[in-house]
Amino acid sequence: MTLLLKNGRLVDPSQDIDGPLDILIRNGKVARIARNIPSPAGKNRKADSGATVLDMKGLVVVPGLIDMHVHLREPGFEYKETIATGCEAAVAGGFTAVACMANTDPVNDNRSVTEFILRKAAACGKARVYPVASITRNLEGKILSEFWDLKEAGAAAFSDDGRPVTNGTVMRRALEYAHSLDMPVLSHSEDPTLSAGGVMNESLVSTELGLRGIPAAAEETMIARDILLAEYTRASVHICHVTTAGSVRLIREAKARGVTVTAETAPHYFTLTDEALKDYDTNLKVNPPLRSTADMEAVREALRDGTIDAVASDHAPHALTDKAVEFDLAAFGMVGLETSLGLTLKLVHKGILSLPELVVRMSVRPAQILRVPGGTLKPGSDADITVLDLNRFWTVDSGSFRSRSRNTPFQDMPMKGRAVMTIVGGQVVYRELENAP
Amino acid sequence: MILQKKDILGIKDLPVEEIAIILDTAESFVEVSSREIKKVPTLRGKTIINLFYEASTRTRTSFEIAGKRLSADTINISASTSSVVKGETLIDTAKNLEAMNPDVIVIRHSASGAPHMLARMVRQSVINAGDGSNEHPTQALLDLMTIRAKKGTITGLKVAIVGDIAHSRVARSNIYGLQKMGAQVTVAGPATMMPRDIEGMGVEVRTSLEEAVSGVDVIMMLRIQLERQQQNFFPSLREYAQHYCLSRRHLDLAGPDVLVMHPGPINRGVEIAPEIADGPSSVILEQVTNGVAVRMALLYLLTGGKQ
Ligand SMILES: [Zn+2]
Ligand SMILES: [Zn+2]
Repeated sequence: MTLLLKNGRLVDPSQDIDGPLDILIRNGKVARIARNIPSPAGKNRKADSGATVLDMKGLVVVPGLIDMHVHLREPGFEYKETIATGCEAAVAGGFTAVACMANTDPVNDNRSVTEFILRKAAACGKARVYPVASITRNLEGKILSEFWDLKEAGAAAFSDDGRPVTNGTVMRRALEYAHSLDMPVLSHSEDPTLSAGGVMNESLVSTELGLRGIPAAAEETMIARDILLAEYTRASVHICHVTTAGSVRLIREAKARGVTVTAETAPHYFTLTDEALKDYDTNLKVNPPLRSTADMEAVREALRDGTIDAVASDHAPHALTDKAVEFDLAAFGMVGLETSLGLTLKLVHKGILSLPELVVRMSVRPAQILRVPGGTLKPGSDADITVLDLNRFWTVDSGSFRSRSRNTPFQDMPMKGRAVMTIVGGQVVYRELENAP
Repeated sequence: MILQKKDILGIKDLPVEEIAIILDTAESFVEVSSREIKKVPTLRGKTIINLFYEASTRTRTSFEIAGKRLSADTINISASTSSVVKGETLIDTAKNLEAMNPDVIVIRHSASGAPHMLARMVRQSVINAGDGSNEHPTQALLDLMTIRAKKGTITGLKVAIVGDIAHSRVARSNIYGLQKMGAQVTVAGPATMMPRDIEGMGVEVRTSLEEAVSGVDVIMMLRIQLERQQQNFFPSLREYAQHYCLSRRHLDLAGPDVLVMHPGPINRGVEIAPEIADGPSSVILEQVTNGVAVRMALLYLLTGGKQ
């Protein structure tokens, strides 16, 4: 199949491109980028050769967005999400690829689970799925999973996400061993002895609400440890869901002295603060928790200056039964795949990020950190493409989510800009455009 | 003389005028409790459910007596947290209770915000009888009533609240209530028991009991949960008592006619020296009496009763 996207604004920071360019896709690969590429089979759409010409006038064509941190819940928690519904949600949110965390049941700590995830994802045929295998067996923090075998099975990275690796030596060995395999380790940095029992950020708000707090130091002390371990072992570490000004400062300083540390944050951390919890809405219960205004501003600034490399949703679907309970008892997490781009575009509208910078945070850097293809539209690369309509106004309606779960605090929030077409390997897997194939 | 909201969830969102209405109404009910026949027909035919997820004989009994003195039918449900383990959620319980069509649901729960959740789910009026570490509004109202009765006014008074501020819903509700009524509040206790950024609530913070009580008109001592010692909030009961047990020398530092209050039950010799708890400054038993009157007032006002 041949696809020609004409008259769009092509934004590809990996080639320093931002301008009106056509893009020709052939056999699942980017074949050519140029001005005014003639239709391979004359002027008509769906001509004899099978070439499809799509008019991208007024739209933006970017390398496919990659969400490097999601929870797809399968195997084990299919009532919250399945790989199929998660992939549907991903492409509807503009993502051509996702990395899914290992805290399933059974845990993705062995080849068979990794292969199962890949098989399910292939059967669905929507977004690419990069399974993240656990660092330790059964997420127990004691014995390393078989990194080599998991890599061969198709795991893209290692993480005990959902739980920290509290034992410093285990984390050191994980960083060293993964580094020798050129595999990333994604750290859920949390000191559980400091966060124990907490359900929200520890602040004046938690004091006023009488909810047990999670101090910023619970995150920061563990990030400090991870940075020091990466520095000492000369391995690299990726810090998941950064939320505090102190964490940002630690990462910024570490990068300045040459430590190979990368970091991500999630849209809710640069959109909301703990002030939003005043009505005990359990959709706002996330781990790490929503922080203060000063923290939110530090996260925004870190995204702007590149201290935080990537935006990842930490898509954490939960059924109503996990959330419609007392705040103390509710599960942590919110869905994010279908709101992540809209919320990040708000930073573009506010002038905090340029559009190319958004593409770097949501495509280029995630691909680099995970060492996976994507993040570029260079000729010869996989044709993973997201088409954006920056002027499309829409309102979050969780009822229309493709995700199996609805746990979002952004219901009814107005948004400007969304993905209108998602192409994976040259195949259109999601479209809102009328003339799309 | 009606309240704007259908529920009493906290003092935080209760306007000053409504607090005044509640206190005035409560005072008018004190007389009922001193009659020989302690019963008026005001709430005849009304049903009040006391839904207690946390054991509290005192508060539950106080609500029960309040309802009975107004001739309401009161039903007690002790839903231990084991029912949560069994799978019955608060939502299930709420729907069942609503179907039985009571007039008021009184809820005590160990999770902050649980009454707010219940209030959103049911048509009936909900009264928060204490939720987690959040609020205990009826306790604060009875405390305000007691202070007003003894001092004539609350405006301009200096009040010290002492003990485990971090885990105390009584402290939070009283901070809101006292400040709304024009009092100055100082909180005191070990630093480990001071919640984060409490200064942001407009209170003075002290770690010394001596400093906290100097020149104050009211001293409110909070109950210490003895198991906090295992959690390292203080090193030992002995050390805590040496520094935070209210005794004669503290009363000498306080203002003349200082009131000593405690929400009960008291750990004698830990929070308050026995002779102070039973001494002339103590209004601890008046608090209990006023508790019934305040709860009668709330039940009466929420059911839209007319006198
Ligand atoms: Zn995590
Ligand atoms: Zn996660």
